[in-house]
Amino acid sequence: MEAIAFYTFAILTTVMFLITVLTSHALYALSALAAGMIFISAFFFLLGADFLGAIQIIVYTGAVMALYAFGMMFFDTTRDVVEKRTSPQLIFGLSGVAALMVVAIFTAPIISGNIEALYPAIDGVGNSQMVGMVLFTKYLIPFEVAAIMLLVAMIAGIVLAGKKMDHSLTLMQDEIECINEEKEQV
Amino acid sequence: MMEITLQHYMILSVVLFAIGLIGVMRRKNLLMLFFATEILLNAVNIAFAAIGSYYGDMTGQMFAFFIIAIAASEVAVGLGLLVLWYKRTGKIDLDAMTSMRG
Amino acid sequence: MELYLYTALFAPIVGSLFAALFGMSKKNIIAGLVPSALLFVSWLASLKLLIYILGGGEAIHVELMTWMATGDLYVPYGFIVDQVSVTMMMVVTTVSTVVHVYSIGYMDHDKGFNRFFAWLSAFVFSMMVLVMSDNFLGLFIGWEGVGVCSWGLIGFWYHKEVATWAANEAFIMNRIADLAMLIGIFLVYWNTGSIQYEQAFAAMPGLDTAVLTSMGIFLFIGAMGKSAQFPLHTWLADAMEGPTPVSALIHAATMVTAGVYLVVRANPLYDLIPDVGLFIASLGAFVAMFAATMALVNRDMKRIIAYSTLSQLGYMFVAAGLGAYWVALFHLMAHAFFKALLFLGAGNVMHAMHDELDPFKMGDLKASMKWTWIFMTLASVALAGIYPLAGFFSKDLILEVSFVEHHYILYTVLLLTAGLTAFYSFRLVALIFHGDDRHSENGVHPHEAYNFMLYAMLPLAILAVVAGMIFKTPYFEMVTQVLPAIEYHIHNHTTFWIMTIGTQVFVIAAIAYAYKKYAKAVKVDKKVESGLLYQLLYNQYFIPQFYEEYFTKTYRELSAMMWKLDMKVVDATVDGVANIFYNTGKATHTMQNGNLSTMLRWMVIGTVVLLALAAAFTFGQSESVVKLLSGLGAI
Repeated sequence: MEAIAFYTFAILTTVMFLITVLTSHALYALSALAAGMIFISAFFFLLGADFLGAIQIIVYTGAVMALYAFGMMFFDTTRDVVEKRTSPQLIFGLSGVAALMVVAIFTAPIISGNIEALYPAIDGVGNSQMVGMVLFTKYLIPFEVAAIMLLVAMIAGIVLAGKKMDHSLTLMQDEIECINEEKEQV
Repeated sequence: MMEITLQHYMILSVVLFAIGLIGVMRRKNLLMLFFATEILLNAVNIAFAAIGSYYGDMTGQMFAFFIIAIAASEVAVGLGLLVLWYKRTGKIDLDAMTSMRG
Repeated sequence: MELYLYTALFAPIVGSLFAALFGMSKKNIIAGLVPSALLFVSWLASLKLLIYILGGGEAIHVELMTWMATGDLYVPYGFIVDQVSVTMMMVVTTVSTVVHVYSIGYMDHDKGFNRFFAWLSAFVFSMMVLVMSDNFLGLFIGWEGVGVCSWGLIGFWYHKEVATWAANEAFIMNRIADLAMLIGIFLVYWNTGSIQYEQAFAAMPGLDTAVLTSMGIFLFIGAMGKSAQFPLHTWLADAMEGPTPVSALIHAATMVTAGVYLVVRANPLYDLIPDVGLFIASLGAFVAMFAATMALVNRDMKRIIAYSTLSQLGYMFVAAGLGAYWVALFHLMAHAFFKALLFLGAGNVMHAMHDELDPFKMGDLKASMKWTWIFMTLASVALAGIYPLAGFFSKDLILEVSFVEHHYILYTVLLLTAGLTAFYSFRLVALIFHGDDRHSENGVHPHEAYNFMLYAMLPLAILAVVAGMIFKTPYFEMVTQVLPAIEYHIHNHTTFWIMTIGTQVFVIAAIAYAYKKYAKAVKVDKKVESGLLYQLLYNQYFIPQFYEEYFTKTYRELSAMMWKLDMKVVDATVDGVANIFYNTGKATHTMQNGNLSTMLRWMVIGTVVLLALAAAFTFGQSESVVKLLSGLGAI
């Protein structure tokens, strides 16, 4: 049962991500990415990390994808960016080699033999509960830092995408003119 | 059916990571680059969750959480910058960004 | 007393630094007056020390501070004022004070006036270090210091190529000798375990004769370089390119006598090895004769005096080599006075003649330069050794020494040389001051030097006259407290008187002959001048040409070969290394094209390489692979 679920979702995820990477349509890519994210959450459920799975769906599919969708509204998505395909052999080759290396390293006995659980899960305690316990005891400071980081990111996003931001605060006036001229020439 | 081991998850993770790498190297559209980055992060997340689960450790999940948080921030800031860039130049082409030419 | 010691030692360097402050600015009379005054202070301090030592005081031995203390080697900045060094100090400070004052007039119109005094005072300081040091290493430092100052002063007019050439020649010749000297010092330390004079000499009697001989020889080679003994003598004549006061101070009175001082200082060593002493004496006699013959025919006033210096140094080495150290030191002192006087007189003549050096273009100067004439004649008489001037007491003593020690060949050579000395000295005097007027046709109107320059020379003139008569007895009593006190008396009175009077007559005859030949209108005897002997002497026995032909040329060819080697091997290697980096940069600069896509690709390649290393480490179970990788710094 677990095996069937794993293989199904593995194939689905791989395909979805391949579409994302290989399609020339931005909208297809976005949709495929969203689907892939949801399929990944399935692995989390399979691994017993229910909370993580839920977060994956909420954050990625809900927040991140929505952000991308809104972001894409700013761009002219109909106009495709010219993709200069410089030697796909190199790209695929490199990726393949990198993947092989990592697999080789992880499957080597030397690594897996030496790992011990730092914060072992306690039997009879639900995953969400467990996450809460670890997160608010051992990882409290990183958690707070992450919260601040998100706040900063939010403000940064607002400021950057804000209306006045096409005027530079740091460039000098003549440099801006220069850029504007370039824009007109284009 | 044979049992699903940690190795299965690792291999899946690596495969997804490789797909992400292909995207990063191949695409010239900045938006697509962001997508590829998301794939990379998710591939790593799977690996973390799987290792944590197989060793009965919560640390893996914790890291996955933080990675998700970082991904979210990255998207917010990155997209903001992207929008700004697009407003300035009207392009989201990677080859157009050559101000760092050495 | 220590205060006087430090005053005597450090006053010159203060003067030098003071003058050096004005080094780059225009001529400033202060830069000449202050060093002269400080030297006078140094002279007073030396005089005070001399009186103290003469009064039977103990030798003053001070250690300023530790210089080196490593393991068994302990070298302090130690200074000693004993009977020998106080004599040297008096000679150095007296002559240098006179020369400083004289130079104020002599260098009056020179652009490098301030620089000159900085060098000159620095020289005096180095010389004081040399004579006052209580160990071989301090002596060596002073030794090198005077070498540097000599280089700077010979090449003082550095825009003249011949002057810079002469400076370099002197410096390089001295380096060759100094290497030997350094080896000698090492030998002393290696075998005696100390380079303090006291301990080293105390340990020497217990050593093997062969070791002592090599020590003595190496130290003497150093002395040969500084005192310009054959075959390292060529630099001294060329050194006359420097200003004349420099020749008077450095190349007549003080620096060149440092070699004699070294032998005198190392007398306990040379006493143990009489064979080396005999060699030194023989070489000295040879050089005395050899230099005197070259002086006979030379046509350069300063070179003639330089050869006479060389000849007199030979005398000193004869005395030192035969164990008559106090005689050598005594002649050193007397010679310093009259030779400096002679040089300063020559400086006056040069000024009057607008730097003309050929005495055949002078003549009949005694009317216009009366005092210079008197001084130079006095100095020449002293040099010739006529009673009762200084030379008689010191030089004839050396003749007596060689006679008493039964070295009759040396005696004969020295006696002949005494005649030659008298001849060439008075040939010079006659050519310059007597005879027909040969300078007016060149449009030269001679004039006497400044009065204060003549006054400055006066003390030297007085000393040249009285030094032998008055100083001999007290000097002997003082200096023999540390040097072997051997009185040289010819026991047979008849022999003594025959010898003394015979020598005097011989010398006077030589003088008379010189006057007869040159004091009238000079006839150039073509037949003699084209003769082989004349040409041999005039060309300094062709030794400079020989050196040029066989040493310099060979060295130059060797250098040319080495240059090619350098270009083809060393330079090529260096260029190759540089080119590798340059070409690598050229080939890889496309990586930095500012394209994000390319950068990402390179990043992935880097990741793959790192992963490969990690994988290699993972699978490198065998020790060797791990070792190799850790050796590469990969892990």
